[in-house]
Amino acid sequence: MEKPTIEEIINALSEKFGSGIFEWNREYDFHIATVDKQIWVQIFRFLYENEKFRFRYLTTLCGVHYPDAPQPFCLVGQVHSLEHNLRLRFKTFSNEHHVEFDSLTGVFPAANWMERETYDFYGYRFHGHPDLKRILNVDDMDYFPMRKEYPVEDRTRYDKDDTMFGRKRSDFDRKTLMEKK
Amino acid sequence: MSEIINNPSDIKVVKAPEGFEGPGFFATSLDKVVGMARKNSIWPLPFATSCCGIEFMATMASTYDLARFGSERLSFSPRQADLLMVMGTIAKKMGPVLRQVYEQMAEPRWVLSVGACASSGGIFDSYSVLQGIDHIIPVDVYVPGCPPRPEQIIDGIINIQDLIQNESLRRRNSPEYKQLLASYGIE
Amino acid sequence: MNPTIKQEEKHKDYTTLNLGPTHPATHGIFQNVLTMDGEIIVNSEPTIGYIHRAFEKLAEHKPFYQVTPLTDRMNYCSSPINNMGWHMTVEKLLKAELPPRVEYMRIVIMELARISDHIVCNSVIGVDTGAMTGFLYVFTWREFIYEIYEDICGARLTTNIGRIGGFERDFSEIVWRKIDKFLEEFPAQLKEFENLLMRNRIFMDRTIACGPISAERALAYSFSGPNLRAAGVDYDVRVMNPYSAYKEFDFDIPIGTQGDTYDRFMVRQEEMWQSMSIIRQALEKLKKLEDKTSFHADLPSFYLPPKEDVYNDMEALIYHFKIVMGETDVPKGEVYHCVEGGNGELGFYLISDGGRQPFRLHFRRPCFIYYQAYKEMIKGSYLSDAILTMSSMNVIAGELDA
Repeated sequence: MEKPTIEEIINALSEKFGSGIFEWNREYDFHIATVDKQIWVQIFRFLYENEKFRFRYLTTLCGVHYPDAPQPFCLVGQVHSLEHNLRLRFKTFSNEHHVEFDSLTGVFPAANWMERETYDFYGYRFHGHPDLKRILNVDDMDYFPMRKEYPVEDRTRYDKDDTMFGRKRSDFDRKTLMEKK
Repeated sequence: MSEIINNPSDIKVVKAPEGFEGPGFFATSLDKVVGMARKNSIWPLPFATSCCGIEFMATMASTYDLARFGSERLSFSPRQADLLMVMGTIAKKMGPVLRQVYEQMAEPRWVLSVGACASSGGIFDSYSVLQGIDHIIPVDVYVPGCPPRPEQIIDGIINIQDLIQNESLRRRNSPEYKQLLASYGIE
Repeated sequence: MNPTIKQEEKHKDYTTLNLGPTHPATHGIFQNVLTMDGEIIVNSEPTIGYIHRAFEKLAEHKPFYQVTPLTDRMNYCSSPINNMGWHMTVEKLLKAELPPRVEYMRIVIMELARISDHIVCNSVIGVDTGAMTGFLYVFTWREFIYEIYEDICGARLTTNIGRIGGFERDFSEIVWRKIDKFLEEFPAQLKEFENLLMRNRIFMDRTIACGPISAERALAYSFSGPNLRAAGVDYDVRVMNPYSAYKEFDFDIPIGTQGDTYDRFMVRQEEMWQSMSIIRQALEKLKKLEDKTSFHADLPSFYLPPKEDVYNDMEALIYHFKIVMGETDVPKGEVYHCVEGGNGELGFYLISDGGRQPFRLHFRRPCFIYYQAYKEMIKGSYLSDAILTMSSMNVIAGELDA
């Protein structure tokens, strides 16, 4: 099977989706497309079903949070064509209050847990996901920890004084914690 | 008794506790005998969650061989175990499970906290990790290290053995012990 | 061996069995709530996250060099591969060139790590089928690999081996001697281990057709590493996207046909032999190199200067301070780098905003991705086979739960 060039793929995609693809970038060895979230699933399905390209391996899927950007919530998906050894990365953005993307589970079964993890970390909802619930954290957690506004530290530590690094002992002593409760 | 101690073969036999000895009899106090017997027949329950669990595997395997210290038999059921060995990070999701396992163990029971994560949260000062298992269950011996070497785990076991040997028979009924459990909300 | 697969019927009484999270046979903390028809699994509901440690969030708050200890604790059976995967990711971001000697030294360590990873997995398959002996035999050699790590970096399991740009110090004479001894004596032991299990009728009856997965399903679930190769797909990152100096090496990629437990065992077994051949080739190449001393790249703003310079030289002291405080400049950009870890494609997706910490670091953890197929793989099989399937997939809790 002849290996398609990256230009061929880019041309085929822009022919098919036109203005749905906002831009193509190249970062190191990767070609990255920023796409409209409306075509998120179609683009992966097109690449999957295209006999010439055969992007049939979902490498990874994750969220990114850019708190200062106009569209802070980003979803990144990466596909691999094992036959041709080509890799592509797609990004889509959203600025909604309740972030919702379409689910890739219809194309790749592997997306199931990756999307659950993304939901768990960032709170993105995936439309069409069969069983969207938290996967790594406890079910009754009331926030999405990977968003930049939440701290990494455990709130129950009272023995650390990291004033130099932005954490005061008084924030974490037992009394204050109890009062907060 | 004395001929057992002076066993000519190289099989090591535990030394008898202090006592009075004469022809045909040997007298000592009960808790010394009980302590000696308990000390050398600990049934540990390995509660291995992560990296320290792999070091525990090394401790059990051929090179270090924990069986030399009377802990040959691992008890995977908490109801028959004497020693709860908590090895590895305990996430907040795991906390209730650990507590339940502890509650299922029968008295007398001891807890060995192996590794930095179990003892204090270690390098994982993060929202999802319990910052030390002593927030939810009482701990007898802490073993430092990330992960501790098998020698350190064995040292922890030896420390537990000392505690077991010297423990008074009445300790578990004492008001101090009841108070300790009550402070953790365990009945 | 092959019970007929039954669909869950409405009017039948099933037993619900809770397996885990602390069950000793699950090798880690996984919970599966099984619906059982007698001894046959009709359905299962896996729960994970019992050791979620927030690696990705922690990594966003640590300077680049402090991320290495986090990677140790992912797949702790083969931590050097994780460490070096991370170092190579940063080096890719910095566009750093490494001397060939460092690359070969890395390959020696990474292949040793692969062997020690596969030793655990395969000997535990033995334990789960009831053959404890093999485990005790090969673990002696695993200890020996630990000793080699120890002589290089001082730690056994969570190694934090190497630095961004190379190794912290050159290998001592003892390390080279130990590697030679390992290559000389381990093959006999491994052969003995193979003789114990490979053509053992009981072992074969127990593992053949146990927990199979087809190549199509394996790809659909994004399997990678030995589990995918056992299903018959020859995808290996070392060949597909050669990193470090793997391009110069000649080795085979073993593949299976059925994707069952036996195939996974055999693939790992053969990979150990291949790893040994790679180490031998690397040692040959090292001998031929004229360069006998360099053990790190020239990266003054990332690689710590030698201690004696720090005490005597102003510039070295400044660099030391800057590196330790993490105040070095990093280019902006995003980079994905993957290595062939013990369990498959271990990827690091790093977004850098030029600051001292990664802006976002996502780990592609092969365990997490392929463990979701477990539900499908054990459906309709016996409970005891489900345990074997899990141990042969080498699911590592630390990697799974991030």
